[in-house]
Amino acid sequence: MMPELGKYADAVLSSYIVSIVLLVVLVAMSIRAARKARVELEQAEERKRG
Amino acid sequence: MGSIWEYANPVKFIRTSEIVLPWVSILAVMTLVVGLVWGFFFTPDDFRQGSTVKIIYLHVPSALMAINVWFMMLVTSLIWLIRRHHVSALAAKAAAPIGVIMTLIALATGAIWGQPMWGTWWAWDPRLTSFLILFLFYLGYIALWEAIDNPDTAADLTSVLCIVGSVFAVLSRYAVNFWNQGLHQGATLSLDKEENIADVFSTPLYISIAGFVFLFIALVFLRTRTEIQKRRTKALLARERLG
Repeated sequence: MMPELGKYADAVLSSYIVSIVLLVVLVAMSIRAARKARVELEQAEERKRG
Repeated sequence: MGSIWEYANPVKFIRTSEIVLPWVSILAVMTLVVGLVWGFFFTPDDFRQGSTVKIIYLHVPSALMAINVWFMMLVTSLIWLIRRHHVSALAAKAAAPIGVIMTLIALATGAIWGQPMWGTWWAWDPRLTSFLILFLFYLGYIALWEAIDNPDTAADLTSVLCIVGSVFAVLSRYAVNFWNQGLHQGATLSLDKEENIADVFSTPLYISIAGFVFLFIALVFLRTRTEIQKRRTKALLARERLG
């Protein structure tokens, strides 16, 4: 299944690994921050309602 | 159909994002997976560059996004400066970390690709240098938002920084044409059939670019909504403290 990358295998694979890791970290941090912000807003609105 | 300025209303923006976000996220995942899997597994080697041509499916889309995210920030910053819509300023703030990652991917994959092709990880070539400066502008932009307590002042100053940085975003795109020197090649995608890359490479490349664009749209909706909610929480806490 793996394509034959020849002598450039390290360059191609490291490009994909670095890029995918950076994209996953960006998405994970964005989702985490979104969840935290939503929970904090809900708590603040609940306190406001009494 | 309503005016585009309706979306400057935070409540309307959040409602719209709740509808749009799931669909754009699905599109982003689908196009990214198809584009990258097609590019990595099912494209041939280039007769000159060998298998390193597969890096194009990450390098070109991320470089395009690095420049275009800054232009999106420029437009939203100008809207903030002219019309004072808070959602607009927050959208620019939300987009910056996405731009940093896109620039970092473009720089990293460029260096990794450059080593076997040019014999060096880095050269002070006009396009590479202007990209590095763009990366530093992104970092400076984020640092400026974090350094200023008053959100309106922060939005004003970061908008000015964004206008100044736009010079380097333009240079990143056109540096090769301006100076016509350095190691970096000209544009990969061109309307000129003679200059454009072969269809066997370009189709998965267009799909990867679409994937990066959809990912950006999804993330900018999510992150802008987060910024709006954080600001609302801050306002409620301030009101609580006042009694």
